Amino acid sequence: MTHDHGHPHAGVRPDADDTLSYYQVMEVAVRELLVEKGVLSADAVRREVEKMDARSPAQGARVVARAWADPAFKAKLLELGNDALVELGLERGPYKLVVVENTADVHNLVVCTLCSCYPRWLLGLPPDWYKSRNYRSRAVREPRQVLREFGLDVGADATVRVHDSTADMRYLVLPARPSGTEGWSEEKLATIVTRDCMIGVAVPRAGSGPGS
Amino acid sequence: MSAAVTPTGVGARFRRGDRVKVRRADVPGHIRTPWYIRGHTGVIERLCGAYPNPEELAYARSGLPAQPLYRVRFAQAQVWPDYAGRPADSIDVEIFQHWLEPA
Repeated sequence: MTHDHGHPHAGVRPDADDTLSYYQVMEVAVRELLVEKGVLSADAVRREVEKMDARSPAQGARVVARAWADPAFKAKLLELGNDALVELGLERGPYKLVVVENTADVHNLVVCTLCSCYPRWLLGLPPDWYKSRNYRSRAVREPRQVLREFGLDVGADATVRVHDSTADMRYLVLPARPSGTEGWSEEKLATIVTRDCMIGVAVPRAGSGPGS
Repeated sequence: MSAAVTPTGVGARFRRGDRVKVRRADVPGHIRTPWYIRGHTGVIERLCGAYPNPEELAYARSGLPAQPLYRVRFAQAQVWPDYAGRPADSIDVEIFQHWLEPA
């Protein structure tokens, strides 16, 4: 069909996948070669993507809720994080899990300044901002300001501990259990533990669940 | 200093509480020691275990023998001259042994 019909049109916004980056071309080329040579099937690749997308912060929320409800589990989680995951029926994961605990005096924040290291097998894919240069460069240098921009004022009395995931550890923040949640079931506790709470840019509150 | 030996046979030179200085080196390749922490002094928070050297892995080599990896804790106020926070605020970084010297 021609658009040469006498009046101008506003430009059409290009689709996001109109042009491939260098690394996107490389990914397509390697994937197609692996499939052509019978090393992988296209369905196997699709299944892995589907499996990755099915992982979500809800898994991490279960872990946190159990730690709040069960002191023995919490002790194990802080000592041997991966073993604690297996106890809950979750994947052990390909990396060592380091769990850092928020208390009344300490607030923990996780970042990967080099790239985007994140406990993906537990929490799913990281949010886009976690991978941004802005967050990666500023979370280490001015964490209190970054936290304020996320709406969290840690307070002058608390210590801020930043954890830079530069190598083979992956980090999960164990938030402090908020007041007003006494007597809650683990399922109810899990509803207030969001992704951001487990990265450390937010803290759970008794009224912060999605259903509140 | 500890005489502990990691399962791979590479001795762990440091243990929790030891003061260490990060080498101020500028070498090419796939380096996991962030630029901002080079030259700074911190304290070993824990020995994480031994892991294949990423500087070798990146070039399709084995990375073996595995190298001791530590979490090192630094005082934010010492890392950033204009740090606006509490004196106790810290930054923990994972650093391989060959980037650390006794301090």
